[in-house]
Amino acid sequence: MTWETVIGLEVHTQLNTRTKIFSGASTDFGAQPNTQACAIDLAMPGTLPVLNEEALRKAVMFGLAIEAEINEISAFERKNYFYPDLPKGYQTTQLEKPVVVGGHVEITLADGSAKSIRIHHAHLEEDAGKSLHDDFHGMSGIDLNRAGTPLIEIVSEPDMRSAEEAVAFAKKLHAIVTSLDICDGIMAHGSMRFDVNVSVRRPGEPLGTRTETKNLNSFRFMERAIEKEVARQIDVLEDGGEIIQETRLYDGDTDTARAMRSKEEANDYRYFPCPDLLPVEIDQAYIEAVRATLPELPDPRCQRFVEQYQLSEYDAGVLSENAATARYFETVAAECNDAKLAANWVMGELAAKLNSEERDIETASVTARQLAGLIKRIKDNTVSNKMAREVFDAMWQGEGEPDGIIEARGLKQVSDSGAIEAMVDEVIANSEKQVENYRQADAKKRPKMLGYFVGQVMKASKGQANPQQVNEILLRKLDELL
Amino acid sequence: MHQKTLAELREGLIKREFSSVEVTQHFLERIARLDERFNCFISVTEDAALARAREADKTLAAGGAPALCGLPVAHKDIFCTRGVRTSCGSQMLDNFIPPYDAAVVENFNDAGVVVLGKTNMDEFAMGSSNETSWYGAVKNPWDVRCVPGGSSGGSAAAVAAGMAPGVTATDTGGSIRQPAALCGITGLKPTYGRVSRWGMIAFASSLDQGGPMARSAEDVALLLNAMASFDPRDSTSAERAVPDYTADLSTDLSGLRIGVPREYFDEGLNPATEQVVREALRELESQGAVLKDIDLPHAKLSVPAYYVIAPAEASANLSRFDGVRYGYRCDAPADLPDMFKRSRAEGFGDEVKRRILVGTYCLSAGYYDAYYNKAMQVRRLIKEDFVAAFADVDVVAGPTCPNPAFEFGAKGDNPVAMYLEDIYTIAANLAGLPAMSLPCGFVDNKPVGLQLIGQYFQEARMLNVAHRYQQATSWHRRMPPDID
Repeated sequence: MTWETVIGLEVHTQLNTRTKIFSGASTDFGAQPNTQACAIDLAMPGTLPVLNEEALRKAVMFGLAIEAEINEISAFERKNYFYPDLPKGYQTTQLEKPVVVGGHVEITLADGSAKSIRIHHAHLEEDAGKSLHDDFHGMSGIDLNRAGTPLIEIVSEPDMRSAEEAVAFAKKLHAIVTSLDICDGIMAHGSMRFDVNVSVRRPGEPLGTRTETKNLNSFRFMERAIEKEVARQIDVLEDGGEIIQETRLYDGDTDTARAMRSKEEANDYRYFPCPDLLPVEIDQAYIEAVRATLPELPDPRCQRFVEQYQLSEYDAGVLSENAATARYFETVAAECNDAKLAANWVMGELAAKLNSEERDIETASVTARQLAGLIKRIKDNTVSNKMAREVFDAMWQGEGEPDGIIEARGLKQVSDSGAIEAMVDEVIANSEKQVENYRQADAKKRPKMLGYFVGQVMKASKGQANPQQVNEILLRKLDELL
Repeated sequence: MHQKTLAELREGLIKREFSSVEVTQHFLERIARLDERFNCFISVTEDAALARAREADKTLAAGGAPALCGLPVAHKDIFCTRGVRTSCGSQMLDNFIPPYDAAVVENFNDAGVVVLGKTNMDEFAMGSSNETSWYGAVKNPWDVRCVPGGSSGGSAAAVAAGMAPGVTATDTGGSIRQPAALCGITGLKPTYGRVSRWGMIAFASSLDQGGPMARSAEDVALLLNAMASFDPRDSTSAERAVPDYTADLSTDLSGLRIGVPREYFDEGLNPATEQVVREALRELESQGAVLKDIDLPHAKLSVPAYYVIAPAEASANLSRFDGVRYGYRCDAPADLPDMFKRSRAEGFGDEVKRRILVGTYCLSAGYYDAYYNKAMQVRRLIKEDFVAAFADVDVVAGPTCPNPAFEFGAKGDNPVAMYLEDIYTIAANLAGLPAMSLPCGFVDNKPVGLQLIGQYFQEARMLNVAHRYQQATSWHRRMPPDID
């Protein structure tokens, strides 16, 4: 008998507002600890929150993008618990009346099939600070720079049936929020963090007991954490055991997971309406004004790529997935006027480099304009594809513009037919045996034997001869000898 | 000098009959001499006060001085003052020096006041007798065996004893009006949202409201002019213009409809107090006001509703006092939970802990609907009672408290008896209405307060009634005997 996996996600998405959700302090990442925490973020006595309208607007944008309802009245509540990096002793969040209710996100799986994942709701809340345990002997440090950073917590229905679907959903959310420019999408900065609710059941049976694995900050870790948890639950059940409802932690570095607390140990958060913040009224005029500012979303963009650039569905999907990649691709395509080559390079060489260095396209060492410049040199036969890869590497290392690198490294392709003819003549003269074999050979076998001569000429040209021309000239000269 | 009202002091300063330094020195001298007996002040900022007074004298000499220029005042120690310890009457904040001023403090500074110091109060404003202050109880200047009321007991007693001509205070469930009544002075709680709560340490955010206390209604109006403002830093602040509260003080009372709630003259009201209050109402009647009996059927539920809502909000508001960032931290914590537990167990007093426990309980899973939600429903009914009543009347009047000042320890063992002292004041907080107390006589040589409750943002109307009453009476001019 098989098991069916049921997965629901809670996605903490940091909104890229300039200032915090309830204070005027900056939200920039990476500043010295506690330099971006004002009296409000520190929960000094007598300080009060004021809602950042920009955070609300971005939450509404998300709601409209997923075709959700926007609550006419949304309200903030206090979620009470003690933790040193939670300065007020409560988190200001939403419970009964979130900004965004319902909606759906379309995902495409590797086999090409499509699925709609329903969204339960998305609510606005503030992020907590960070506890730093490593730098202080026997003590912990508290950094409140992150405290008060605006988040939307996006809560899905339990509509996913595999780790693959969960990852596809998470990536699609990433594509949506970056396309909307409401989140910078930088996973390494914790801009998107996932809590996964996992249970298993026999098909057709009611939902099994679920566990929640918290705070996963990469797609890969999320995938691994789900796979491991599914395997663990199936093991437990097949051994006749029971799943305990609990919160779990997954450590990506060691690929291990452990239980953090059970349902019995769970906090009673004692939610109640925050008396410092009035309920937010969102009228239809406001919603329409926000709707008018919605940028192109991943799905329509994918369709446009197929039509405008004649890309395959797959290529269009990859390139339109997030706003930064789409922007990069379209810049390259426009500058070099060759969408196919632009797509190949962005999905090939560039993606490989970004992957191996775990970087985002925004921080790529080669700009779209530089890549377009290189592609132009491929198109006008200045460099071969192989040489172009060398130029790309050099650009990645910061050696400058493509033309300069081609010049400095002497990578210019030899397209001067006189020079190539001379090299061909020399190779033929020095390859009596191979020429004789070629002459004797069956006409069908000759194209295969041509490779040897091409290789020799390329070697003689130190790889700079235009391979197309070498082929043509060789064929002509060898045929003359038949 | 200390028998003068703020208005009189102001006139003297403008006419240069005396200087701000002289006035300030006079009050500082009285604080130095008398406060040992009454314990009104937690901090006295003598040097800063004199420096401000010298500055004020220059401004006054130059002309064009702001409204309260050179007038000495004191702030309840719940208002944050930049560079000056703000304790909220608690050991928890005994070491807390805010790097910012409360909006009320800013507004007063802009108006040119001289700050004498910070006044004593019940710990985190939780109390009706001032007995919960970590700095010891304030004594009632009319009878030092008696409480001054709370939580703004230090502010009220400082005015009564002539140690400050005007003070700031806060009122969450009667904390301005009850001590004003018990100390024989005038105090006003504005409409919720009229005075910014920025920098005012929160007790119960949906009820807390800052307001002034002084000898007379006219003084209170002068102070409220400076105190009230729209403040974008407080999301519950009312975005509406601040009128001149002194403009209509003398308006004739003929035809004014005064609602007298039957429920405020119930069996819980001390008969002697009732007599005094009825006499005050007759005075208003004699000036042309029309008394109308009204019903506030849910008023009796105000105390239970309040003692759910206020502690619930307090239980969250006081969570920030955890020993992590500022304030009291226990010695040598064993670990994190130990630090949280002992810092709070040692740093808070019993009444504060009682209310945190009550509030936590009321919000707990399984009890929320029965307590918090029910209390919020009652709150709505109480508000509706007033809305209905105000269809027929302009102002509501009655006693501020059921009894005059009681003796220390009299209600210490019985929190509910203590809470019932606020039975007539709490409804205005739950409804968000403006209300005030003014002296209207004595019972056993102890002051009695007349309470007025106004329509939303109609502070000026109440002040008009109070001022006309004070023009015809002299209760607000009485000073406690045997002080000097």
